[in-house]
Amino acid sequence: MKVAYWPGCVSRGFTPELHGSMARIAPLLDIELEPLDRAACCGAGVIAEHNQELADTLNARTFALAQQAEGTAMMMNICSTCQGAQAECQERLDANAEYRAHINATLADEGLSYEKGLTNKNFLWLLVEELGLDELRERVRRPLTDLRVGPFYGCYIVRPTERLHIDDERPRDTYLGLVIDALGGTVIDYAGAHKCCGFPILMMNREASLAQAGRHLGDAVDAAADCLVTPCPLCHLNLDLQQPLAERVVGRELDMPVLHLPQLVGLALGIPPDQLGLGRHVVKPTAVIDWTTAVVAEVGAPSSGG
Amino acid sequence: MAEFTLRLRRYDPESGDAPYWEEHTVDLEPHRSVLEAILQAKARFDGSIGIRCSCRAAICGSCGVRINGTPDLACHTHLDKAQRHSRDGVIEVEPMGNMPVIKDLIVDMEAVHWKKIRRVTPWLIAKQPVPEREYIVPRETMVDVTQSMACIQCGACVSDCLAMEVDPDFIGPAALAKAYRFVGDPRDDQPYERLKDLAEDPHGIYDCTHCFMCIDACPKDVAPMSQIMRLRRRAGSDYGIEDRNNGERHEQAFVTLVRKYGLLDEAELVPRSYGGDSPLSKFKPSVQKELASSLPSIAKALLRRKVTPAKVLKPHRLAKRDLQQVRRIYEEVEGHPERLELNLYITGYDEDEAVTP
Repeated sequence: MKVAYWPGCVSRGFTPELHGSMARIAPLLDIELEPLDRAACCGAGVIAEHNQELADTLNARTFALAQQAEGTAMMMNICSTCQGAQAECQERLDANAEYRAHINATLADEGLSYEKGLTNKNFLWLLVEELGLDELRERVRRPLTDLRVGPFYGCYIVRPTERLHIDDERPRDTYLGLVIDALGGTVIDYAGAHKCCGFPILMMNREASLAQAGRHLGDAVDAAADCLVTPCPLCHLNLDLQQPLAERVVGRELDMPVLHLPQLVGLALGIPPDQLGLGRHVVKPTAVIDWTTAVVAEVGAPSSGG
Repeated sequence: MAEFTLRLRRYDPESGDAPYWEEHTVDLEPHRSVLEAILQAKARFDGSIGIRCSCRAAICGSCGVRINGTPDLACHTHLDKAQRHSRDGVIEVEPMGNMPVIKDLIVDMEAVHWKKIRRVTPWLIAKQPVPEREYIVPRETMVDVTQSMACIQCGACVSDCLAMEVDPDFIGPAALAKAYRFVGDPRDDQPYERLKDLAEDPHGIYDCTHCFMCIDACPKDVAPMSQIMRLRRRAGSDYGIEDRNNGERHEQAFVTLVRKYGLLDEAELVPRSYGGDSPLSKFKPSVQKELASSLPSIAKALLRRKVTPAKVLKPHRLAKRDLQQVRRIYEEVEGHPERLELNLYITGYDEDEAVTP
């Protein structure tokens, strides 16, 4: 499937291993990435906080570019925050024809126009709803047997439930668990899975921000997780990059590796850890890498056929 | 009639015993409420179950509890739905969070919720001179505050506020929504003073982590977080309040950097948020002190080649043609005489609305 691909800013900035690992695994999942390299930052809710119309116009431009991308089935992103911030703008644009026309008038000079009803999915949703869990299971070459993984979603991809179309038919707030399970791993039940990493207030109230990160990481440690996995690069910044500081705030050693979703998928697809940028994390995912080598040694070659 | 089993969290702090779970099975029609089930269990099996309630019609805000881990009004939740969303077929009811338990399902609203409500001066400070009869205000100016006026003070948003979970001093969603009710009221005399106070408070409007918990929790669609964003917009854009918490500077820096590069330059965002919206901010001593305190993280990121010096010095940016488009959008939108905001709570959705996947 070909998708209009929006990697976001952070995956090309401070978490380059996310963008890299997504590009690495896409062909193995038959996802063709058509990059939206003309699109601007989604605003992460901050531009909307400053001026709602500005955020809506910038994102309408992105949506219009996605609709122009030839042969693509939908738009896909790899950042919970992009997903949520864009969903908020799209909700307003889709709800009101008059407002949409007003925003499109600003885009008209560039020959761009957003038509209501764009499908924009995070990679996590696409895995479950488009590729499907059975198909994903088929492609696993190195099942994550005995790897204990804690899901960490990021607020923007689980709330508000109505805006994100999360319901009994599409329980998108359970998908990480389903994916971990399909990859052969063990899903860890701990308190922090749907909570806030604290990143948005890192510069306004550092103590509280790091206390949030530290608390969830600590809960994962107590639940004997080997690692966390997240579809949000901003969560990754607070949980991984800031973990040394979070340890000081909560007063305990954490040493909890945090993986980006495409990295975890990539491991199960049989890609060596170094090709997934696992060496670039602040908290070395030693436990995870040791585990992969141990499993590889045990299994020997990739499982037959399939 | 159908059978429903409740698992109630029982706790009496005065007894000295630890909290415990207790199950009761009741007979009720599936469309009846969780509150009715609790009251039936109380009447039939154990009169000592503590629950606060009054109107039973989702208007008095007394029966806020957590049902299957999610805050809601017990009288506003149908039994069949609650059972469907339970983990094991048993409807789990526990007291709200972030507030001390008085007994069983009753929490101390006074100790947290009402104290915070009083913190924001929850009454109109009348513009002088007070007119002889009513104030005459344009209808549109009041429409904006109707959403925050819908609050019934049930405390559901306070219960699950994730900022309050780690920072109990945070003023919180209910009180800040109430603050907007007066800041947005054209009859109020002191919107600037109110905003200045809430922006400068280290536990005020910039302490919200934007987690959307309160939006999902509210049984009345008040969307407290959206009201907090309105307070920030008023404080920063309308009154130019530069707060000591880096809130306004962070917002300004973010908006400026996206105008400049089309994409976000994280390396530049941090010093500007601390020191002001200028490329020279990183050289200010106060900013360098802040950056130095992050040294353990920065050093490791450099060591692992997560962040490279080249990336810090040369940010990613859009191609020239696209950058021009982005800047023109900025100019056009910011050039409008009035800021345009679409509040879907008020306008609703077009009738031909088709739900997108």
